[in-house]
Amino acid sequence: MDFISILSIFVMACFVGYYVVWSVTPALHTPLMAVTNAISSVIIVGALIAAAAGAQADGSQVAKWLGLVGVVLASVNIFGGFAVTERMLAMYKKKERK
Amino acid sequence: MRALLGGAAALFFATPAMAASGEAVNPWVATAYLVAGVLFIFALRGLSSPETSRAGNRFGMVGMLIAVVTTLWTHSIASLPEIAGAIAIGGAIGFFTARRIAMTDMPQLVAAFHSLVGLAAVLVGIAAYLNPGAFGILDATGEILTVSRVELGLGVAIGAITFSGSVIAFLKLNGNMSGAPIMLPMRHVLNLGVLAGIIGLTAYFAIAPTVGTGAIFWTIVGLSFLIGFLLIIPIGGADMPVVVSMLNSYSGWAAAAMGFTLGNTAMIITGALVGSSGAILSYIMCKAMNRSFISVIAGGFGADSGPSDGAAKIDRPWKRGSAEDAAYMMKQAENVIIIPGYGMAVAQAQHALREMGDLLKEEGVNVKYAIHPVAGRMPGHMNVLLAEANVSYDEVFELEDINSEFAQADVAFIIGANDVVNPAAKTDKGSPIYGMPVFDVEKAKTIFFIKRSMGGVGYAGVDNEVFYMDQTMMLLSDAKKMCEEIVKAL
Repeated sequence: MDFISILSIFVMACFVGYYVVWSVTPALHTPLMAVTNAISSVIIVGALIAAAAGAQADGSQVAKWLGLVGVVLASVNIFGGFAVTERMLAMYKKKERK
Repeated sequence: MRALLGGAAALFFATPAMAASGEAVNPWVATAYLVAGVLFIFALRGLSSPETSRAGNRFGMVGMLIAVVTTLWTHSIASLPEIAGAIAIGGAIGFFTARRIAMTDMPQLVAAFHSLVGLAAVLVGIAAYLNPGAFGILDATGEILTVSRVELGLGVAIGAITFSGSVIAFLKLNGNMSGAPIMLPMRHVLNLGVLAGIIGLTAYFAIAPTVGTGAIFWTIVGLSFLIGFLLIIPIGGADMPVVVSMLNSYSGWAAAAMGFTLGNTAMIITGALVGSSGAILSYIMCKAMNRSFISVIAGGFGADSGPSDGAAKIDRPWKRGSAEDAAYMMKQAENVIIIPGYGMAVAQAQHALREMGDLLKEEGVNVKYAIHPVAGRMPGHMNVLLAEANVSYDEVFELEDINSEFAQADVAFIIGANDVVNPAAKTDKGSPIYGMPVFDVEKAKTIFFIKRSMGGVGYAGVDNEVFYMDQTMMLLSDAKKMCEEIVKAL
């Protein structure tokens, strides 16, 4: 993809982010941070590419191991972030009025 | 997992994986990443109300699964066992940490998670620099594309700042490091110098020939780690909600920069979402403290609680109440508003507090909880703790929704909060917290103020007029013990 199309997606996504985040209720700001944390670990895609490609003939072994460490770190975040968000959200309950 | 991937690979047989170049040309692959990005938008959209939030979180998980599986499918995996192992190790650590962490420790956990995103971004950036072919960022002559070099430089810089900044934030929140600001001499000059160095070097890195730029690249990485550290050490505990939000934003921008390098829509959309999310939260926090973002970043807030006003306040008369007084008064009351603050989190008093609230409700008292945007150490901190203690979320109100009700309230029950109920913010132009929106607790008929001792003041280091008011009774005790005693007295 050329730079301008990527930039367009980025700018549009910033606007989407702006409006979506303002609609988040303040009570859920902590889960918001936890879940944004989890999804920003989509950086694992880059780590996977590095780890996968590094093992090829022309690949750098160092890059491969950096990628693998990156995969570990991002995985901590993905599993941890979604799990802790799930745990928090499960606590937000509306009790039945007696 | 291997069998699954094998089967999946067959699906993509028609368009063989691009082995050496990471650029995904397959339109299905691009679509898959786009779908993942859209699912992430749904994940945030779900958080607009507690009812839809859990579905939102599931969307996020599906989106992540799509992104990971798509990447694995479309790249020839020469080291699948290692990758599977890496995911298993990281996943297990993350999952068990998430399950066991106490809700009061959530700010530290989030800071720790931010640091991991930052470090992962740095590692990916370095890997891309060392092995550009795999990332498809080489031009015809075998050099890294200029635009990619800018993205790489920015990506590792933001990632490194996120990492070292979050580590300091974590140490401060976790109590391994004093929450008080640490002031270095000449820090503004130093910070600006380092920042200018990073920007200048990134520009040079982009235009210089690839050969021999290694030193520049590594200097950018090193300086960025340094500036993250320098930026956060002078920031005090009360400003942590802003810092945590800001680092949240940075972790997003780091992911977006890497997304540019990889031309990956999922990463770009996510990065933009997370980046704007953190930026908006920082803005909300700053506004709730009536402070500019720059002044928070410049740091030093909460450092100076002068000994002179310390001596003055001890002499003033104040009334001491007991748990029995509080129990009696609140039982008679019609409307009680409870204002929790960071002290409740420290004392782990949320469960005892909820028990107290429930008993009062059985007596026919109308109990509401009032939460200030900057109560606690991260946005929404108090809401999570009350939710953990099983407080129904429709009894919890934000500052602007409940502030008019204090005039009708019989009791304002302040537990572990201080600056957010300080009327000086409205009246005293010289006060460091002047202009900050605060609860109008002084309009309530009776005020109970739980505090450990009369000595300490809030993080802003300001004395609070509410302590000495006629209708105020100070309940000097640990917040949890006091709630338990009131429960007994009820």
